Amino acid sequence: MTHLAGTLEIEPTTLPSKGKVGMLTLIAAESAIFVIFVIAYLFYLGKSLSGPTTAILRPPIFFTICLLSSSFTIHLAVAALRRGRRTPFIGWWVLTFTLGALFLIGTGLEWKHLIGEGLTISANLFGTTYYSLVGLHALHVLVGLLLLGGVMVFALFRRVGQAEAEKVDVLSLYWHFVDAVWVVVFTVVYVVGR
Amino acid sequence: MTTQSETWPTTESARRPWVDELQQWLTTVDHKRIGILYVLFALIFLVVGGIEASLIRIQLIRANSDFLAPQTFNQLFTLHGTTMIFFVAMPLMFGFANYLVPLMIGARDMAFPRLNAFSLWLTVSGGFLLYYSLVGGYGLYGAGSAPDVGWFAYAPLTSKTFSPGHSTDYWTLSLLVSGFGSIATAINIITTVFSLRCPGMTLGRMPLFVWLALAMAILAILAIGPLTAAQAMLMIDRYLGGHFFDTQAGGSAVLWMHFFWVFGHPEVYVLVIPAFGFASEIIPVFSRKAIFGYPVMVAATLAIAFVSVSVWAHHMFTVGMTPAGNTFFVLSTMAIAVPTGIKIFNWLATMWGGRIEFRTPMLFCVAFLFQFLLAGLTGVMLAAAPFNWQLSGSYFVVAHFHYVIVGAILFCAFAAFYYWYPKVTGRMLSETLGKLHFWLFVLGFHLTFDTMHVPGLLGMPRRIYTYEGGRGWEGWNAVVTVGAVIQAVAIGIFVINLVRAALKGPKAGNDPWDAWTLEWSTTSPPPEYNFATLPVVRSRRPLWDQKHPEDPDWKYE
Repeated sequence: MTHLAGTLEIEPTTLPSKGKVGMLTLIAAESAIFVIFVIAYLFYLGKSLSGPTTAILRPPIFFTICLLSSSFTIHLAVAALRRGRRTPFIGWWVLTFTLGALFLIGTGLEWKHLIGEGLTISANLFGTTYYSLVGLHALHVLVGLLLLGGVMVFALFRRVGQAEAEKVDVLSLYWHFVDAVWVVVFTVVYVVGR
Repeated sequence: MTTQSETWPTTESARRPWVDELQQWLTTVDHKRIGILYVLFALIFLVVGGIEASLIRIQLIRANSDFLAPQTFNQLFTLHGTTMIFFVAMPLMFGFANYLVPLMIGARDMAFPRLNAFSLWLTVSGGFLLYYSLVGGYGLYGAGSAPDVGWFAYAPLTSKTFSPGHSTDYWTLSLLVSGFGSIATAINIITTVFSLRCPGMTLGRMPLFVWLALAMAILAILAIGPLTAAQAMLMIDRYLGGHFFDTQAGGSAVLWMHFFWVFGHPEVYVLVIPAFGFASEIIPVFSRKAIFGYPVMVAATLAIAFVSVSVWAHHMFTVGMTPAGNTFFVLSTMAIAVPTGIKIFNWLATMWGGRIEFRTPMLFCVAFLFQFLLAGLTGVMLAAAPFNWQLSGSYFVVAHFHYVIVGAILFCAFAAFYYWYPKVTGRMLSETLGKLHFWLFVLGFHLTFDTMHVPGLLGMPRRIYTYEGGRGWEGWNAVVTVGAVIQAVAIGIFVINLVRAALKGPKAGNDPWDAWTLEWSTTSPPPEYNFATLPVVRSRRPLWDQKHPEDPDWKYE
């Protein structure tokens, strides 16, 4: 086929990377899911007919700091990879993974405590909405950790270089999203809801 | 890859074994084949959903009928609704978008081809899960079951107490699985549009169908998340003993209604917006004029998409909301009529003064304009809360939304079939059979759905499996059923036309309609790589520029 515009010149345009657009769209879809769970949590606050109340919640300050700082470390990791500095990249990346894993352990400890207090998903409305919302977030942390872990394995085998910086950056977008959601969940569950 | 592109042109002389061919289709990541598979899947389910509708209509043809058991009737309207929305209309729209968007913007494929194939098979699995409920679970013991909770599955009907067994779980899983597929397809469409446009194809030069597919995908992203969340909550209730919708433990049945309709209403626009896209491509070509008011059409589409996420509770006026809530949803719902009206006027203005050719695709589009206007008018009536209190849950509502879904969406889909079939298969559909299909379908449609408003006004509730005589409903219901039979015959003619043309239709050539968008610049059917050289465009009608170098569009845009 010939050039449909004839011989006239077309100014070159740069289109956004498909990885980034795709990930941002996925984040929009995930946000819609979280919004519904947050609304359910807020709507049912104090509507439980029996069983434990929000008074038994203990804000996981330390683990929250872990998760939020992992956003910072993953940013440093990607920045290092962009400049082609592999060793600092691996260091920051492993630290990110560790901080994320710590957070998940924190969630596990918190749930152990709550189950000990008699709060299960079927105990009352508070239990149902609490475990669903926090659990949905924890599921996202878990998926994020699996992806981070995958990159970590490749990185330890020296297979992640400057050329992969763009892809790794897309993954970091997801991780930032997981952190941002935690800010919302933490505010809703431990600040507003208590 | 190389061997494939070498063997393609010779397939007609030396056919490969059919298992190879089948394997090619089942493992394909080509957006065109995936699009075709989506559409075939939708057509199969259209027949299934149509049979369910026919059984419902046979049951209702006269008073005190005992053709179907009440339980079976409930299962049939649940399956009919779920099938038609999730496994006919959505795959149809996704199929067309898959096929056309990359071709229209001069791309090689969708942004994520393997994700695209994954979405298709998720949707297929969703359809399988829905119908597996007929044989699975308790069905294995000879007691066939199917979901019978209605397509919006209000709580607490879906609780274990009222829905024992697994049929509701299959329904939930089916929508969850196909929902993930739909979200992934929406991601794919949005990314393709933003990242893969050919040189010169600015956003302002995209064909309107691409704009509308983009709006559909954005709405799908916003709407399907809430459905997925609500289904997950229902699963938690049914399997983990949760209390989201358990009214005995303080849960709220109304919350489910909100969550469902936050999905449910934008969903209507997910389906109708690409239908608008078909009309916006077909009407200009058969009026021999460029679309009237392109920027306004884009703006009106985005306005519809934006407003449509804030109208959901007009499905819930009879629940008893606050006066402020009622007022808000009355006004937001009526506001949607404004951009929609703008679109209708733009299509009319496109036709105005044009050299209109009444080929089959155009006939369907013209009927769509009239029918969509009427559907919109009953929509405005139902948007008024006091009117709604009277008629909510009656056959008037059933008539209204079928007028939208059949009269607007299905008519546009038929137009799209007749318009793009030559591109997809390389062969023309029969114009005679097409016109027969059109006139029979128009007749059947109006007999069924015009008439259906009346028993609604006379007080006939929806979802009743039978009714007593002497209320003045029998005659109307009989006419509705006769119309349904005529529609079924018309669809039979359509299927015959599709098959016949595929086997021995006349060759179409690249551009049978003398159209203007990029898909008509490549061969019919397009090669696997779509375009031999990357197209470069300078206006909204690149093929017009090519055919009329003395008077190209870009001089005026």
